[in-house]
Amino acid sequence: MNFDTSEEQELLQETIAQFVANECPATRVREIFDGDTGHDPAFWKGLMELGLGGLVVPERFGGAGLEVIDLALATETLAYGGAPGPFFAHSLAALAIALGGSDAQCERWLPRLASGEALASVAFAEADGCWQPEEWQLAPGLKVSGAKHFVPSAELADLFVVGTAGGGLALVAAGEGVSVEAYEGVDRVRRMGTLRLDAAPAEVLGDAALAARVRDAACVLLAADAFGTAQRLLDMAVDYAKQREQFGVTIGHFQALKHQLADMAVEIEPARGLYWYAAHAFDHVPEDSARYAALAKAHISERAMQLGRDAVEAHGGIGFTWECDVQIWFKRAMLDRAWLGTPDVHRARAADLAGW
Amino acid sequence: MDFSYGPEYDDFRGELKGFLAEHWPAGGGGEGESWEDMVERAARFRAQAVEQGYLLRWVPRQYGGSEQEPDAVKAAIIREEFHRTRAPDEPRGIGLMMLVPTLLERGEEWQKEKFVPATVAGDYKWCQGYSEPGSGSDLASLRTRGELVGDEWVINGQKIWTTNAIDADYMFCLCRTEPDVPKHAGISYLLVPMKQPGVEVRPLKQMNGGQEFNEIFLTDARTPADWIVGKRGEGWLVSRTTLKHERAGIGNALGPVNAFQGVVQLAKKTLRAGRPAIEDPEVRQRLAAIEGYVRSHEYSSHRQTSRAFRGKDLGRVSTMSKLISTNIGSEIAKLSLDLLGDEGMIDPLAQGESAESLGASRSWLTQYMFSLGIAIAGGTANIQRNVIGERGLGLPRDYYAQRSSGK
Ligand SMILES: Cc1cc2nc3c(=O)[nH]c(=O)nc-3n(C[C@H](O)[C@H](O)[C@H](O)COP(=O)(O)OP(=O)(O)OC[C@H]3O[C@@H](n4cnc5c(N)ncnc54)[C@H](O)[C@@H]3O)c2cc1C
Repeated sequence: MNFDTSEEQELLQETIAQFVANECPATRVREIFDGDTGHDPAFWKGLMELGLGGLVVPERFGGAGLEVIDLALATETLAYGGAPGPFFAHSLAALAIALGGSDAQCERWLPRLASGEALASVAFAEADGCWQPEEWQLAPGLKVSGAKHFVPSAELADLFVVGTAGGGLALVAAGEGVSVEAYEGVDRVRRMGTLRLDAAPAEVLGDAALAARVRDAACVLLAADAFGTAQRLLDMAVDYAKQREQFGVTIGHFQALKHQLADMAVEIEPARGLYWYAAHAFDHVPEDSARYAALAKAHISERAMQLGRDAVEAHGGIGFTWECDVQIWFKRAMLDRAWLGTPDVHRARAADLAGW
Repeated sequence: MDFSYGPEYDDFRGELKGFLAEHWPAGGGGEGESWEDMVERAARFRAQAVEQGYLLRWVPRQYGGSEQEPDAVKAAIIREEFHRTRAPDEPRGIGLMMLVPTLLERGEEWQKEKFVPATVAGDYKWCQGYSEPGSGSDLASLRTRGELVGDEWVINGQKIWTTNAIDADYMFCLCRTEPDVPKHAGISYLLVPMKQPGVEVRPLKQMNGGQEFNEIFLTDARTPADWIVGKRGEGWLVSRTTLKHERAGIGNALGPVNAFQGVVQLAKKTLRAGRPAIEDPEVRQRLAAIEGYVRSHEYSSHRQTSRAFRGKDLGRVSTMSKLISTNIGSEIAKLSLDLLGDEGMIDPLAQGESAESLGASRSWLTQYMFSLGIAIAGGTANIQRNVIGERGLGLPRDYYAQRSSGK
C-alpha cells in the first residue's frame, strides 16, 4: 500500500504552482477579478501549452492519458493559486467525451480540446436547482431546445456537454440555435451564463451511465477545487496573523486568534485524504466511486465556505473590504459549494448510496 | 497512488483465514477448558500469529515483534478477520502503545531487551505517571522528587489521574531530579516497580462511574539507578516521545471509524416516530456530515502512514490527529444521545427495573461521557490548539508558557 502522490504527481503540482506564481500571481488574479471577462487568454494559452487541456484525454487523441486523481491534483493547485478561467468545465467536458464518446466524437473533439484550440463547457442546471441527471427535463434528440443555467464560460465555449431528460448527455456545438446570456456571477474569475438552445443540432453522447459518472467526476473536481481554495484561505489568515500588529505584538500572539486558526486548520487539513480517495475510487474502486464523490463534494465545499468566513473575520476590517484578496477565494468557495447542488443534496445522496 | 484491494490482498486474506482456522478454531478448547488453559492457549496463539507477521507488525523481531512493512489495507484485513473469529489480539495497553515505542526510540539496549519482549507479550503491565495535583497542562512544573541515594533512586511525591495504576507492574514516571535548573531541564524519566511498600495506589471514581484512573502516593519508593530512560535531566525530551505516541494512539483514525459504524447501527435500531431513526432525513444529514470528517481522518491517516514509512515530511496535519479524533468522538457522542432519547436519562450503571431496558445503550451512555475524558487525557483540546498553532502553523509561542519556562 502507498496512499500518497507519486513523484510525477508531485512534479505536476509543482510545475503548475510555479507557472501560476509566475504568470498569474495574486496581483494578476485581482486584475482579472475586477475586469470584464473573468478570463485571461494568455494565461489560458500557457496552461494549454503545459498540456493541462488534455490531462485525462487518451494519448492517441493528443492528451496525457492520466487519471481523475491527476486532474484533481491539478485542480487543487490551480484553485490555490486562484487561477481564472474555464479549467474545471473544460476538463470535465473532455473527460465526458473521453469516457463515453464514439470514435468519431473523440477524433473530432478531443485533440482540439487537449491542445486548447477549442474550448468546451458543461451545461447541467435547469430551473429551480435541478442539477442532477435524474432531474433533467431537456428533451433529447437531433435538435434540442431549452435553457441551461450556470454554464461556466458559456460565452467562450465552442462546445457544450448538455444534460438531457432521462439522465443522458448530448454534444451541442456553439452556433446554430445556440445563444448565451452571460451574467455577473459572484466568483468573478469563473464567469457563467445561461445557455439557450432553440432547435440546436445535437448528438447523443454515451449512454445513461455516462452522465452519472460525469456527475461523480464533477463532485471530485469541485471537492479538489474547494480544498485548494480552503488551503489558500487558511494560509492567508495565518500569514496575516504573523504580520499585523496590535497592542504592540503581532496578533498571532493572542491565544483566542491562535485557537481559531488552529481550529480552521483542523477542519480542512485532513480533507485532503477524502478528496484523494474519492478521486482514486473514481478510477479504481467502482463500488465506492459515487458515494465518496458525493461525500467529498458535500464535506469539503462546506469546509471551504466556513474557512472563507473565518478568514474574513481573522483579517478584521480590511477583510471586509473589496480591496482585500480574501474575498477572491471566499467567492471561489461560494461557487464550489453551490455548483451541482448544495452540501445537503450530496449528503442525502451519500446516505442513500450507503444503503442506510 | 496504490491503494486497492488487489489480488495480492485477496491472497493475503486467504492465507490469514487458513492460519486462523488452523490455530484458533471455533469452539477452540472445548467445554471443559479451564481459565488457565484458555490463557495459555491464547498466549501460544499470539506467539504463532507474531511469527507469521499478523501481530506486532511495527515491533522489531529481536524484541518480540514481527517487523512488517506498514500497510493499512493488510492491517484492516487482519483486524476484520481477528474480530470475526474472536482471535486474541495484541495486548494494546499503555505499555505497548506508549512505553514500547519510547524505549525503541530512546532506550538503552539492555532496557529494550528486558522490557520490550515482556511488555509486547502482555506479561508486564504499565501505567503513566506524569500528571500531579498541581501540574496538568503545565506538566513541566511537576514536583515529585527523585534523589539518587547509592545505587537507587528514592522517590517522594504524588501522581494523579494515573490510568490502570491499580493493575500495573511498572510505572514510567517523570520526577524532578535536578532541582536547581530551569523547570524543563530538571526532569528525569524513571521506570518504577509498582509492587513495593513505598507506592500506594488509591482508585478515583470517574463521572461515568468507571474507576480506570487513580492517585499514587510515593513515599521513599525505590528503583535501580540505571532504570532511567535517557540521561539525567533529559526526561522532558523523552516524555515528548511518549506523548507523541499517546496522541497518535488517541488520534488513530480506527477509533472514529469503528465508533461511526456503531452509531450507524444505533440509528438503525432506535426509533423516531415509530420508524427506524435512520430513515429520518435529519439523522441521515447528521450521519453523512459526521462521515465526511471520519473518512477525511481515515484517508489522511493512511497518507501519513505511507509518508512516514518512506521518510517523507508529514506536514502540519501531524500535529492535529488527537484533536481531529476527539472532535469526531464528541460529534458521535452527541448524536448517540439524541438517538437514545429517554434512555439518556438513566444511569448507565443502574441496577434493577430502571436498567432493564438499557442493554446495549449502557455502553453508549458511558461512551457519551468518556468521550470527554479522552478529550482531556494526553493534553486538553486547548493545549492541542496551542501545539497546532505554534508548531503546525508557525505562530508565536505562548507568552506565559515561554515566561514560566525561563526562556
Ligand atoms: C480519562 C483520563 C485519563 C488520564 N490518564 C492519565 C495517565 O494515565 N497518566 C497521567 O499522567 N495523566 C493522565 N491524565 C491526566 C491528563 O493528562 C490531565 O488531566 C491533562 O493534562 C489536563 O491537566 P489538568 O487536569 O491539571 O487540567 P488543567 O491543566 O488545570 O486545565 C484546566 C483547563 O484549563 C485549560 N488550560 C490550561 N492551560 C492552558 C493554556 N496554556 N492555554 C489554554 N488553556 C489552558 C485546559 O485546557 C482545561 O480546559 C488523564 C486524564 C483523564 C481525563
